[in-house]
Amino acid sequence: MSRGLPTSGSIRRRLTLQLVGSAAFLASLLFVIVLSFTRDVSQQTHDSILAASATSIMDSVSVRSGEVSVDIPYAALSMLGNVSNDRVFYRIAQDDSVLTGYADLPLPDGAPPRGQPRFDTLHYKGDSIRMVTLARRVSLNGQVSDVVISVAQTREGQAAQLAELTRNALQLGLGFFMIAAFLAIWAAQSSIRPLAELAEAVSRRGPKDLRPVRRPVPSEMIPLVTSLNRFIERLRVSLSRSEDFIAEAAHRVRTPLATVRTQAEITLRRVERDENRASLREMIRAIDESSRAAGQLLDHAMVTFRTDSLLREEVDLGALSRELLNRLRPIAELKDIALHSDLPQTPPLSGDPILIQNAVRNLLDNAIKYAPPESDIQVILRKEGAELRLSIIDEAGGFPSGDTDALTARFARGANAEGTIGSGLGLTIAREVVEAHGGRLTIAPSQATSGPPAASPRREGSCVSLCFPMS
Amino acid sequence: MRFLLVEDNLSLAAAVEDRLRMDGHVVDHAPDISVADDYAATADYDLILLDIMLPDGDGRDFLKAHRNRQGTTPVIVLTARSEVSDRVGVLDLGADDYITKPFDFSELEARCRAVLRRHGGGSSNQKRFGSVVFDPMAGTLNIGEKTVSLRNKELRLLEIFINAPDRIFSKSKLVDRLFSYEEDVSENAIEVYVGRLRKHLAGSDVEITTVRGLGYRMSLA
Repeated sequence: MSRGLPTSGSIRRRLTLQLVGSAAFLASLLFVIVLSFTRDVSQQTHDSILAASATSIMDSVSVRSGEVSVDIPYAALSMLGNVSNDRVFYRIAQDDSVLTGYADLPLPDGAPPRGQPRFDTLHYKGDSIRMVTLARRVSLNGQVSDVVISVAQTREGQAAQLAELTRNALQLGLGFFMIAAFLAIWAAQSSIRPLAELAEAVSRRGPKDLRPVRRPVPSEMIPLVTSLNRFIERLRVSLSRSEDFIAEAAHRVRTPLATVRTQAEITLRRVERDENRASLREMIRAIDESSRAAGQLLDHAMVTFRTDSLLREEVDLGALSRELLNRLRPIAELKDIALHSDLPQTPPLSGDPILIQNAVRNLLDNAIKYAPPESDIQVILRKEGAELRLSIIDEAGGFPSGDTDALTARFARGANAEGTIGSGLGLTIAREVVEAHGGRLTIAPSQATSGPPAASPRREGSCVSLCFPMS
Repeated sequence: MRFLLVEDNLSLAAAVEDRLRMDGHVVDHAPDISVADDYAATADYDLILLDIMLPDGDGRDFLKAHRNRQGTTPVIVLTARSEVSDRVGVLDLGADDYITKPFDFSELEARCRAVLRRHGGGSSNQKRFGSVVFDPMAGTLNIGEKTVSLRNKELRLLEIFINAPDRIFSKSKLVDRLFSYEEDVSENAIEVYVGRLRKHLAGSDVEITTVRGLGYRMSLA
């Protein structure tokens, strides 16, 4: 239905993208927050151990006989070894002279804080290190002196821990994203569902179903459904108006024609002169021709209209043909034409009964019209593979050429149609109907001796078949 | 036969009435449904010819009402609409047949005959002429013990003769009444059918004689 319509994107895709996009943004945010939080925590832990180590060294600083003495406790350095296997550096300085440790350990910029540990991330011997610096003022021989203790540790263990933390945070973020994306798709799907259901309910309707849409819909869709219903109503009114118009027009045209025809018949009975009689006959023929043409044009218009949106019902081709034969029998009898039928029970086919009936009626009309008096017409229904074949075999002499396309072209008439009333739309209608049902119409010369009763020796004729595929 | 014609177009109704009377039928004409109801309530008809579009309603309503009050008179609907769309509604409502305007009277006749045959009417319509008993409904001819089935054209030809014994019918008149206007037939075609009728009538006291230059006449021998 939407084939060929320009689209301005898909609501579902847009909604999905927006929701998934938000989920991605939130997941990244979560990742960053978790990562920075855990990184802080891990840093703080590490720092407090470094500080504890430095503090315990600082506690062992004493002034003995006018000199600063440090006795580094074992635990001060071993506690760092417990955290990771990273290398540990330290330096103890008094004012500007290094008392012990690594003299080339970089010093932080600026003055060491007093009382408060100071933490720095620095480079030493090609490695990144975390260093704590602690300063304490001592009184030495009446002079004030600063003892500065630095303890540092390389950060490989911390980096490994950080990588682990990053991985965990990434997994958490990704998991969150996956769940959110799944929920987003589900939400988009379910919010679009009423629209899809409405579309399906409307497109599932038969071509004749012009009732308003009554199913409950979300309130946002009410304006759409209201205008759709208004549109359906307008269509219904205009369709019924044009149907009424056609019926009325046909009535207005055909009733006076019927009057003229009847009067002409009466007059023909009364007049004696041959030339008057000939012109009256001509008049009646012209009336018949115009009314038949009008009928077939209406039929053709209806066929075109109905094949556009084909109705699908179960059609019993045999029963339908039988009913038509009963209806046409009185006309056939006027020409002493015998209608034979062989219509066994066959599976139903799926299609528009009115169209199929119209097609068969046109073929039977043709056969009766063109067949010579006291001839036979046979109607045979056969199931051939996956096809139902309805054949109408007459003794009308056959079509001059077997060219189905030429014979079923609009207003084309066979060469044997000379002197017979008709508009040449019968075969066209039949062909259009059968092709709309996915079948085909074939025309072949009829074989001489097949089929049931041939009262008189069989004459040449044609066999017109409608082949319908079975559903 | 007695017809009730329900048709609002007066000129068409008059023409149909004339035409039916020509064949010796009795016709009552109702221009609308209320008159049709009155007629149908007071007289017995062999057949009702019913138009669909009537000034005071739809012919189908009359049909429904007719069937509801157990009316058994067969109804043939005269429709001006497309055959297909009307067909279903009309036959479902209990019409016996329908015919589209403008119609050929021989087709109407044939349809009436078929409908009456289905309704089992007929014995009252038997016609006797000399030693011949003719049943136009069944299409049979009885001469003494012998029963002959007639073909449609033979039957109609015999009907023409038997309805007007001793009258001379020209070949061209017989062609008009026997063949449809669609068919181009020479007047000599009549000779074939007259020949067949003569063969069927052999052994009875009825004969068809040729009146040179004028036509044919059926009379008692």
